[in-house]
Amino acid sequence: MIEIDVALTRANFALQVDFTAGNGITALFGESGAGKSTVLHLAAGLIRPDRGRIAVNGSVFTDTQSRIFLPPHQRRVGYVFQDALLFPHLNVRQNLLYGRWFTRPAEGAVSLDQVISLLGIQHLLDRRPTTLSGGERQRVAIGRALLAAPRLLLMDEPLAALDIERKREIIPYIQKLRDELDLPILYVSHAIEEVARLADRVILMADGKVVSDGPPQQVLGPKAGPGDDRFARISILTTKDPSYDPTYQLTEVSHPAGRITLPGRIAAGEGPIRLVIRATDVTLALTKPRELSIRTALPGKVEGFSEPAGAVVMVEVRLAGGEILAAAVTRKAVDELGLGVGDQVHCLVKSVSIDDRLMAVKD
Amino acid sequence: MGLSEEDWTAILLSLRVASVATLASLPVGIGLAYLLARCRFPGRTLLDGIIHLPLVMPPVVTGYLLLLSFGRKGPIGAFLDQCCGIVFSFRWTGAALAAAVMGLPLMVRAIRLTLENLDRRLEQAAGTLGARPLFVFATVTLPLAAPGILAGSILSFAKALGEFGATITFVSNIPGETRTIPAAIYTFTQVPDGDANALRLTAVSILISLVALIASEILARRLNRQVASFS
Repeated sequence: MIEIDVALTRANFALQVDFTAGNGITALFGESGAGKSTVLHLAAGLIRPDRGRIAVNGSVFTDTQSRIFLPPHQRRVGYVFQDALLFPHLNVRQNLLYGRWFTRPAEGAVSLDQVISLLGIQHLLDRRPTTLSGGERQRVAIGRALLAAPRLLLMDEPLAALDIERKREIIPYIQKLRDELDLPILYVSHAIEEVARLADRVILMADGKVVSDGPPQQVLGPKAGPGDDRFARISILTTKDPSYDPTYQLTEVSHPAGRITLPGRIAAGEGPIRLVIRATDVTLALTKPRELSIRTALPGKVEGFSEPAGAVVMVEVRLAGGEILAAAVTRKAVDELGLGVGDQVHCLVKSVSIDDRLMAVKD
Repeated sequence: MGLSEEDWTAILLSLRVASVATLASLPVGIGLAYLLARCRFPGRTLLDGIIHLPLVMPPVVTGYLLLLSFGRKGPIGAFLDQCCGIVFSFRWTGAALAAAVMGLPLMVRAIRLTLENLDRRLEQAAGTLGARPLFVFATVTLPLAAPGILAGSILSFAKALGEFGATITFVSNIPGETRTIPAAIYTFTQVPDGDANALRLTAVSILISLVALIASEILARRLNRQVASFS
């Protein structure tokens, strides 16, 4: 478990955060400049806070009150950088084993063989970092961090520099990491699909402060969405039991409010499948429509409206099961339909607008 | 080419002086380059200026200052003589010292440039993996700076081979002891019928420089391939 309670002031930036995080992935989410990476730098000891305390599993890393500041090399935190930062003069095996110089065998929670099979990098061992693809590099960087027997794993936008294919390639490995290792992971990202897919908990940051903190559906959901950018408003629906229709190459997942259709094949893994649905992709209808191309219609009750002043209104609909789905519609449409709080509506979601690329299994 | 024994003495002496000067100034050069590239301290600009002085001052002035401080009667020279029996004046070691001082600015510049361009996050990464700073320096910083260190050494070596003014002022022009190739060429040009000898040594001088440059180019290419960054 990591406990962080720190404050830091720079010329045009102030950071003040206080949270604890246990095993599993805690995502630090927010726009760039929100201070997410600064939190990781503080945890790794790459910068010092003006005041505060950081402790991992009870051992104190930083405590300004009792003048404790452990230098980075004594902290045993695994740090995975956005651009991997493998040592270019060493081959993959030497990169992986670099941290082994400093850990006693007993401390090593994972062995080289375990890491190699966990990350699928057996065939890369004798290669030079320059000859690896972005995704391979990132896997090696994760392995290198794990082999230093970390007490905490810090991942600073590990997928941001990768294209969608490489992201797909690497996400299952990060999931395995999350599920198989007893390790707190702080995961910095500003990609909502990535966070929805990976994180057990999301800490939303803005201007150096924690804005909200909780499970992804709640923090990233329509009521707490970041800013008033209508394209950034999303809802996360928790679904399960995927069934694949090979004829049409569609997957149906089940939600308390009904079945949801999406393209691609999604494997039935452990745990729920979180769908990210943009508010601008949701259409409202008063009756269940027929003769429409849309396959998904989820009934629910209008719970409230936000931003009623401009052209766009966010309609928050509570679905069966309690989750809220936001629909961005024009104020004119709200008036013409006579929508009010408590009204029954059907939320129509275009299947093809659901981004399955980070979820789907590639054939 | 028919080199005389005298020529060979000068050539071997030059190679010895230049090698010793380069090797001995390497740790100093790396240390100073690191200090200038990485540390912020009062007097940093002054230190930078002092290191660069031999590059811009007349070599004779550098040689004279060396004579004043490292000569037998100079404060440093007298101390080194008494405590450790090290004598610079009118010895080949003095020629090496003069060559090292003259070559130092070139060496420091080259290494400093590499250190400044090195991605420091690689060092941070090594730190988070548990490496203490000295270990990071030895296993990450030095190998990645190798091309710059090599370039600096070659420059310093070449400067040492060609060094004349400071050497002749500091340690004179003693055959077999301080008469390096440039001093020998100068001596030949001062006597009648010395032209042929001077030309022979000039050819040798060009040859040595060329071989050194080509060797360093090949080595640098290999090193660069090893530490090439990803972009």
